[in-house]
Amino acid sequence: MYKYDQYDQAMVDARVAEFRDQVRRRLDGTLPEDKFRPLRLMNGLYLQLHAYMLRVAVPYGTLSSAQMRVLGDIADKYDRGYGHFTTRQNIQYNWIKLEDAPDILADLAKVEMHAIQTSGNCIRNISSDQYAGATADELIDPRPYAELLRQWSSFHPEFSYLPRKFKIAVIASATDRAAMRLHDIGIEIVRNEQGEIGAAFYVGGGMGRTPMIAPCINAFVPLDQLITYSEACLRVYNRYGRRDNKYKARIKILVHELGKDEYTRQVEAEFAHLLSQGIEPPLAELERIKVQFADPAFETGLPDSVDRSDPDFAVWVDRNTAAHRVPGYAIVTISLKPVGGIPGDATADQIRLMADLAKEYSFDELRVTHAQNIVLPHVRKADLYALWTKLDEAGLSTANLDTIGDIIACPGLDYCSLANARSIPVAQKISERFAGREAEIGELKLKISGCINACGHHHAGHIGILGVDRKGTENYQLLLGGSEGADTSLGQITGPGFDEDGIVGAIEKATEVYLANKQGEERFLDTYRRVGMAPFKEAIYG
Amino acid sequence: MKILTGNDLKSGAVTWWAGNGWSLHVEDAVDVGTDAETILAREEAARRVVSGYAIDAEKTADGVRPAHIKDRIRAVGPTVRLDLSLKPADPAAGNWVI
Ligand code: SF4
Repeated sequence: MYKYDQYDQAMVDARVAEFRDQVRRRLDGTLPEDKFRPLRLMNGLYLQLHAYMLRVAVPYGTLSSAQMRVLGDIADKYDRGYGHFTTRQNIQYNWIKLEDAPDILADLAKVEMHAIQTSGNCIRNISSDQYAGATADELIDPRPYAELLRQWSSFHPEFSYLPRKFKIAVIASATDRAAMRLHDIGIEIVRNEQGEIGAAFYVGGGMGRTPMIAPCINAFVPLDQLITYSEACLRVYNRYGRRDNKYKARIKILVHELGKDEYTRQVEAEFAHLLSQGIEPPLAELERIKVQFADPAFETGLPDSVDRSDPDFAVWVDRNTAAHRVPGYAIVTISLKPVGGIPGDATADQIRLMADLAKEYSFDELRVTHAQNIVLPHVRKADLYALWTKLDEAGLSTANLDTIGDIIACPGLDYCSLANARSIPVAQKISERFAGREAEIGELKLKISGCINACGHHHAGHIGILGVDRKGTENYQLLLGGSEGADTSLGQITGPGFDEDGIVGAIEKATEVYLANKQGEERFLDTYRRVGMAPFKEAIYG
Repeated sequence: MKILTGNDLKSGAVTWWAGNGWSLHVEDAVDVGTDAETILAREEAARRVVSGYAIDAEKTADGVRPAHIKDRIRAVGPTVRLDLSLKPADPAAGNWVI
């Protein structure tokens, strides 16, 4: 894992001191709210429905045990005993007091964490594959490049006031687990026909009110020009992005309006210019970073088999573990989606337990996934049963990864001041309705947003739900056919919306159509793509 | 009726204008008539409240009820965590929201 050097630490410490002074001045009246608000947002502190909310950055979703432990302690010490893991691989606290915020940031800084650039029109936390460095299907480890991008984008003076917020994802597997093409820039590390490693740039994706799938604007950028090319993409956007209209300010609108070819032409021209400026970080810096992502001390000769005599454990192994590139190890996903629970929430005790389990079983490492779960990336298969037993005792052994119970849900109207409708109660009802049917229904990604901002990725759900306000009452639109993986697609609205109970019934009908039409090993999405919307619509509205 | 709501500057807690100060309980909210702007300007300047705004509400048998669901949720707390609400002992508190 990346360790801060003295520059990283000094920057974060200076920011804590600066914010402490800003809060003091806000409270003593020398700094008015209109001046203070942008400053607190730069430190991830929002004012939400019930209180201040603090969003803490988890760079590319990677955490050490020590960091995770502090996240649990903050939940106890300053919040109400829980935290919420988000679709941006971050964590949010919902009940923060303004006067405590500087102390929280100081606690975070001690473990090399902060809340900088988790709000505002800047480059946000870089996201990545939660299986990075562990999965059998990756070309190289994308994390050193994610870290390089993190350093480049942190406090980047030219990109601190972009037309709108900006999100970048970096992956290195053909299996996209990071919704890469639904980012402002999606970078996929690839191998070309000559066998060289480079980066494919997908620019102008996003969700929100105008969802777009990012087109590939350059299929191969040499890795030693990664930052220069990123800078060129941002420069063209910063110059021409719509600052006059918030709803048209994201890069996806610019790429769409200019057209992919014209945007690309401008990026290439800027890139050629920047190449002559020598802005790429020195190779030595990349090497310094890479060393910190060296493999942990994997053992060799470990047994690759797992004793499956406990049937509940066997179900969990099949559902919640993935192939590791080192024999004898597995990648474990801890579901934060218990039946009827709040997606992504974990208590302080659960957070600390996961920290301890990572220390004991996963070389001190954890990952936050964009699906609001936690990954232990390097677990010996021989330890899986002991790990599962401890998770089970803490209510963390739900075996539902990528099934209908593994719902992504944004905070919605229970917490979010922008929401139109509640997301969480709908998730809870669906999870309860379909509990125990995971094997029967199979892979089904269900995603719920409480408003058009789409933090719950509803456009990319095999089944998506969007909460809308219909004359002051909550109403839910149903979408089918979205996907965020290598086969990214946007869901289509089925028709008129439903109330809270109606939407659960509509999903029941949609799954019935799937099960009745399913051929062979087809997933819900495959069947939908083959048979189309019509039979679903007929069953739902007929 | 028109009532005022906002957040306590220091704690962020949802508060309601009670006529002579701010209350955590919506049932204490009073009708401000046409005085909303004056009261808010004074209270924000005194740093007692932040993000204040006026809303429509009605007086019911159960007390003051904000017109919009968003403000009813603000008054009660997250409907999915009623244990954290101002009425943790009342399992029906969430029903009041809908
Ligand atoms: S999608 Fe809307 S309701 Fe949900 S968290 Fe985002 S802004 Fe809030």
